[in-house]
Amino acid sequence: MNKIIRKERLNPSVTLMEVSAPLVAKKAEPGQFIILRVDEKGERIPLTVADYDREKGTITIIFQIVGATTEKLNHLEEGDFIHDFVGPLGRATHTEGLKKVAVVGGGVGCAIAYPVAKKLYEQGTEVHAIVGFRSQDLVILEDEFAAHSTRLVRMSDDGSWGEKGLVTDALKKLIESGEQYDEVITIGPLIMMKFVCLLTKQYGIKTVASMNPIMVDGTGMCGGCRLTVGGVTKFACVDGPEFDGHEIDFDEAMARGTTYRDFERRAREETCNLFREAK
Amino acid sequence: MPNMSKEKHPMPSQAPEVRSQNFLEVALGYSEETAVEEARRCLDCKNPFCVTGCPVHIHIPEFIREVAAGHFEEAYQVINRDSSLPAVCGRVCPQESQCEGKCVRGMRGDPVGIGRLERFVADWHNAHGVQKTEKPASNGHKVAVIGSGPSGLTCAGDLARKGYEVTVFEALHLAGGVLVYGIPEFRLPKSIVQKEIDKLEDLGVKIETNVVIGRTITIDELMGEYGFEAVFIGSGAGLPKFMNIPGENLKGVYSANEFLTRINLMKAYQPDSDTPIQHGKKVAVVGGGNVAMDAARCARRLGADVTIIYRRTEAELPARREEVEHAMEEGIVFHFLTNPVSISGTDGWVSSIRCQKMELGEPDASGRRRPVPVEGSEEDLEMDCVIMALGTSPNPLIKSTTEGLETQKWGGIVVKEETGETSRKNVYAGGDAVTGAATVILAMGAGKTAAAAIDERLQGKEQ
Repeated sequence: MNKIIRKERLNPSVTLMEVSAPLVAKKAEPGQFIILRVDEKGERIPLTVADYDREKGTITIIFQIVGATTEKLNHLEEGDFIHDFVGPLGRATHTEGLKKVAVVGGGVGCAIAYPVAKKLYEQGTEVHAIVGFRSQDLVILEDEFAAHSTRLVRMSDDGSWGEKGLVTDALKKLIESGEQYDEVITIGPLIMMKFVCLLTKQYGIKTVASMNPIMVDGTGMCGGCRLTVGGVTKFACVDGPEFDGHEIDFDEAMARGTTYRDFERRAREETCNLFREAK
Repeated sequence: MPNMSKEKHPMPSQAPEVRSQNFLEVALGYSEETAVEEARRCLDCKNPFCVTGCPVHIHIPEFIREVAAGHFEEAYQVINRDSSLPAVCGRVCPQESQCEGKCVRGMRGDPVGIGRLERFVADWHNAHGVQKTEKPASNGHKVAVIGSGPSGLTCAGDLARKGYEVTVFEALHLAGGVLVYGIPEFRLPKSIVQKEIDKLEDLGVKIETNVVIGRTITIDELMGEYGFEAVFIGSGAGLPKFMNIPGENLKGVYSANEFLTRINLMKAYQPDSDTPIQHGKKVAVVGGGNVAMDAARCARRLGADVTIIYRRTEAELPARREEVEHAMEEGIVFHFLTNPVSISGTDGWVSSIRCQKMELGEPDASGRRRPVPVEGSEEDLEMDCVIMALGTSPNPLIKSTTEGLETQKWGGIVVKEETGETSRKNVYAGGDAVTGAATVILAMGAGKTAAAAIDERLQGKEQ
């Protein structure tokens, strides 16, 4: 049982929680994830570590409300407990020796991109953060990115925040203007990461993408999180979650990601109805 | 005068058409009368072969003699000298290739139903719960056990009984390992596993769930800042194997591990569980072991027509005989000498599996005749779900985070056979993490061996 220390609504569908988890906080690094279960009948869902505080012994998670579990999680308040909380899982982002990096985040993926940008920035890497959202009301972590990047490029689909356009437009512009990156790190919707990787491939820039596939145990047992990387089956929980973006079969990952979409939609509706009736 | 009937007393079971609709236990267990009668079939051999067939050498004729005399608790105590999990092993051991395979009664008729008697005795003991286990006085030594499956539970229990302060670390949210995530309720009710875990807690064993050794805490930290003097690694088997054929990552293709974990651990078959599972209409299970049978029978219970695809013949099926029979009774179709070559899909979902006929050729390294494809024998079977039950390869987590821990080329942890000690001093290992996928009883035996060796080492009997 892990106590929720702080809860903050970042936008109508995205919530931040700081959770007491001293053992996890002691070890967590950017790029790693945790698995939680809201209650005794709950499913196990993976969420990437958005921040950690080793002294306070807390882990910050940021999640979008998409299914029954995130809906239930969002109904917990400060002082409530999360039934199970395990981690840190997966491999940490490789940051050593990087001089100049473009961190490309999209939507709620920015929650994962942020700790990576922060770590790079704090170790003295020149960080260009390119973050994109559908519209201004969905923006999260703007101040945090501003404080932990040498350059912040804001993009929105409708132009209500920053520049109108896609993160790939911004990245292309920077590359074309002569910026030279050791590496591009991209975290966000699969379709966005796919196009970031297609773009950087043209320029031969090494690109790492953070994958968030379906998982059950998260420790290398169930094989649900498998994806094809360079023609070989890899497991995101133990081999990843970050992989060489130029080798990932994104189309397959996108298809697999929708396996339980109908179930999730139904389950969320049922959960919402339950909460409504309880009121 | 022994009972000379050539036939084993049948196991009362739920009727196939009833049980294929529910997840309740299939076999219902012997009554006291049946158990006594079955026990009377034992000839009490002077030189009992059955004992040599048992990986932990349970004194089989001795416990059966007690059953025949109606001394059920005494019978339990005999088994308990060598086995910590009789209620589990009585249900899941492959008796036909172990104790019962060696029984002299088996030469003319059925062997004595040793497994059924073991199960009866253990259930009788649990139901008549004579005395609660008392926590022994501490001897001041701390031991960590990684994993709460059969080897870990056994090692923890043996050490706790000797007064060790034992902490078991479990990565999942529930203790029991493969006994809870792998073996289905209808074969091994989870209440039985929970009882074994409760007994350990009565002995003072601490169980820490949601701790992944290698990630949350390393083995070096356990032996350093946490102050454990010895560590037993019973982390079990790891990543599922796939065939590397086209279409294996289509939606609707599961590893058996994932399919079974969703059902057994996460209870996805129950309406109040939040964990989703696909309810396939036509399901193919590839493989012939116990895990394949378990997955097939689970899919059947979710309402599917199920086909098992196995590349050898019925005679080579590695699964427990009883599970194969149960599966067949439940209407599961077997395609022997058949091997998948590709899986096709529609809109990203599995729609069919292409298989090839096989014939048995020369024996391979395992001594079994190697299946070879028959040219031009491909056929397509319509399916909406495929479950791969092809075994596992060892989990890389502990190996990659523990310096100096030697492993085999294929990833299994290297141990000294007599003690279970690894290449790291005071670090022991056993079960599937060492052997690759094997049986509950072998894992239990390895847990016992390591517990004895840890005791010798920490008591200074052996330097």
